[in-house]
Amino acid sequence: MSALVTLPVLLPMLGAALTVLFSRSAFVQRLIGIVVLAVVSAVAAVLLVAADQGAPVVAELGGWPAPVGIVLVADRLAALLLLISTLVTLAVLLYAIDQRIADYGRETASTTFHPIFLLLSTGVSLAYLTGDLFTLFVAFEIMLAASYVLITRRTSATRIRSGMTYVIISLTSSLLFLTTIALVYAATGSVNLADLAERVGELPTGLQTVLALMTVVVFGIKAAMVPLHFWLPDSYPNAPAPVTALFAGLLTKVGIYALLRTQTLIFPLDGPSTLLLVIASLTMLIGALGALAQDDLNRLLSFLLVSHIGFMLFGLAVFDAAGIAGTALYVVHHITVQATLFLVSGLITRRTGTVSIDAMGGLAKTSPALAVLFAVPALTLAGIPPTSGFVAKLALLQAGAGAGLETSLVAGVVILASLLTLYAMVRVWVRVFWGAEKPPLTDPDPTDELIVGTARTAKPMYVATGALVAVSLTIAMVAGPLSAVTGRAGQDLFDRAPYQVAVLGEERTP
Amino acid sequence: MNTINMSMAVVVAVLYGVGFYLLLQRSLMRVLIGIVVLGHGANLLLQLAGGPPARAPILGSAPDEQIADPLPQALALTAIVITFALTTYLLALGYRSWVLVGHDEVQDDIEDRRIAHRRAPEASMGEEAGSDDMSEDEDDPGSAAASGDPVEPSVTSGPAGSGRGVGR
Repeated sequence: MSALVTLPVLLPMLGAALTVLFSRSAFVQRLIGIVVLAVVSAVAAVLLVAADQGAPVVAELGGWPAPVGIVLVADRLAALLLLISTLVTLAVLLYAIDQRIADYGRETASTTFHPIFLLLSTGVSLAYLTGDLFTLFVAFEIMLAASYVLITRRTSATRIRSGMTYVIISLTSSLLFLTTIALVYAATGSVNLADLAERVGELPTGLQTVLALMTVVVFGIKAAMVPLHFWLPDSYPNAPAPVTALFAGLLTKVGIYALLRTQTLIFPLDGPSTLLLVIASLTMLIGALGALAQDDLNRLLSFLLVSHIGFMLFGLAVFDAAGIAGTALYVVHHITVQATLFLVSGLITRRTGTVSIDAMGGLAKTSPALAVLFAVPALTLAGIPPTSGFVAKLALLQAGAGAGLETSLVAGVVILASLLTLYAMVRVWVRVFWGAEKPPLTDPDPTDELIVGTARTAKPMYVATGALVAVSLTIAMVAGPLSAVTGRAGQDLFDRAPYQVAVLGEERTP
Repeated sequence: MNTINMSMAVVVAVLYGVGFYLLLQRSLMRVLIGIVVLGHGANLLLQLAGGPPARAPILGSAPDEQIADPLPQALALTAIVITFALTTYLLALGYRSWVLVGHDEVQDDIEDRRIAHRRAPEASMGEEAGSDDMSEDEDDPGSAAASGDPVEPSVTSGPAGSGRGVGR
């Protein structure tokens, strides 16, 4: 069983190497990508069942036991997020392949896209599974290096500016992460997460606070929490739709996951964290208000993404088992719905030839399929019952209401931000799907990767997007069992002991 | 808990200071050098986290207590490779930016430009027509590319990005 844990990291990496070897054949490349991601999804599902029914599955790399060697750990949270992330990655890959076929024909192979895409998946899997702070850094670097290439690929003058912002911000946060690791190692002499959980507790309180704050800043930049969010609405919207969908779905959530893992395991708190509550409220409000001011559909969605990062931070800030469980459920829901919305935005842009909401209109009449594809995830994001967004928000609100006065106040902000999200979505709906029909614009720059205003939108692209909508609806349907799993995952994280026992063995844990 | 000596602490502090100062510069080349210097600072700190210098960490070559902690060295080595690779990528990106845009300045983001446009008509009514055109350009992703960086030149060298190194 423990060998299975290495597969979600190894398979995409091998797949990336193979796609380089077969860079002449578009068909083989696509086949490798799809097969690898499908197998990883299956492995993740097996890991989830194993972790949920028994203990976390641990693999000691090279046979070195923790805390000396590097361990990969699949506990409930890691396996669950791995499963949903890989499913979303697979759907985005299908969309990207369909888009490529629609734009360039069946035979044109892409030398860089598939290897880089699979490497990104490697980095994401490794970030979820690793039980070691330095390997987490390496995972982030694999993921980010791949994302640098994806965001600046075949770039134009505008996109290189946003790509540049993204690369520089990410590099800076990585260097801060490295600094944090150095300080943690100097203070404790270990980088193993389970080992750190014990050793950091023995440090002076001031030092603990400094280290905790540094991790919050580092992962806060990656997760785009206010006031460290400014790079996101500027860089994400300029990438091609599948790339933006993947980034919006996965990269920020990996930051949230790292925050969840480090804060619960290494820097546990006794009660709600006032700092995180304030940050969460600001993130929710600034993101939602920023979205209302946008005319560019992708920028609007990016601001909503920032806003919903605040929801996840809120669950963490409550800092009890229910709050952490709520965050876990929200991450699962949000990975799916945000990726879907960006894919739909890509479809809309292809059809209308513009990202400006003002220049669109009457799409409900000309393209009813698009209207359905947009309406479902939009309502899900806003949290209308019975969608998965409602279930996830309810979990957060219940956690917030049960943990005292200040969290109840922030729970009010959650409701306000949800209403603002709904308003932003209704605004998009009224302007884009209702009203007078407007003719599609022509592609202003046909040479770059963004092909817009074309009738060549292939049916399979709708199918891939529809598949993601179906995943989102499935989450709503299995909400009962799913929230039971996230509930247990939250309890695990809050207790800390299951993780430590799994990694270090019985005798080393108090 | 390992502490480091004063001179090393000063070196690391200076490297971080210089690195962050350069990061805040407008020129991409300086930003890049800032990242390199900052990377050096972080790697040095990682090395120092292993404690005072000691013998090479080869088992049996020296008594155990005289051997340096090998883990930070391994970590620093990994980190050096990663920062090196990403610096190379950033260099390539900087060159690409220079080819496409004609200068290596990090430009204002869209939001900043919009705010600047909003203020511009109040300051000088004459430029209003020009800035309206540009804000329309920004609505679609492709043609915003053509206008490049509309704010900077109007601040420094009068209206519109005239002769901004397109032929360079």
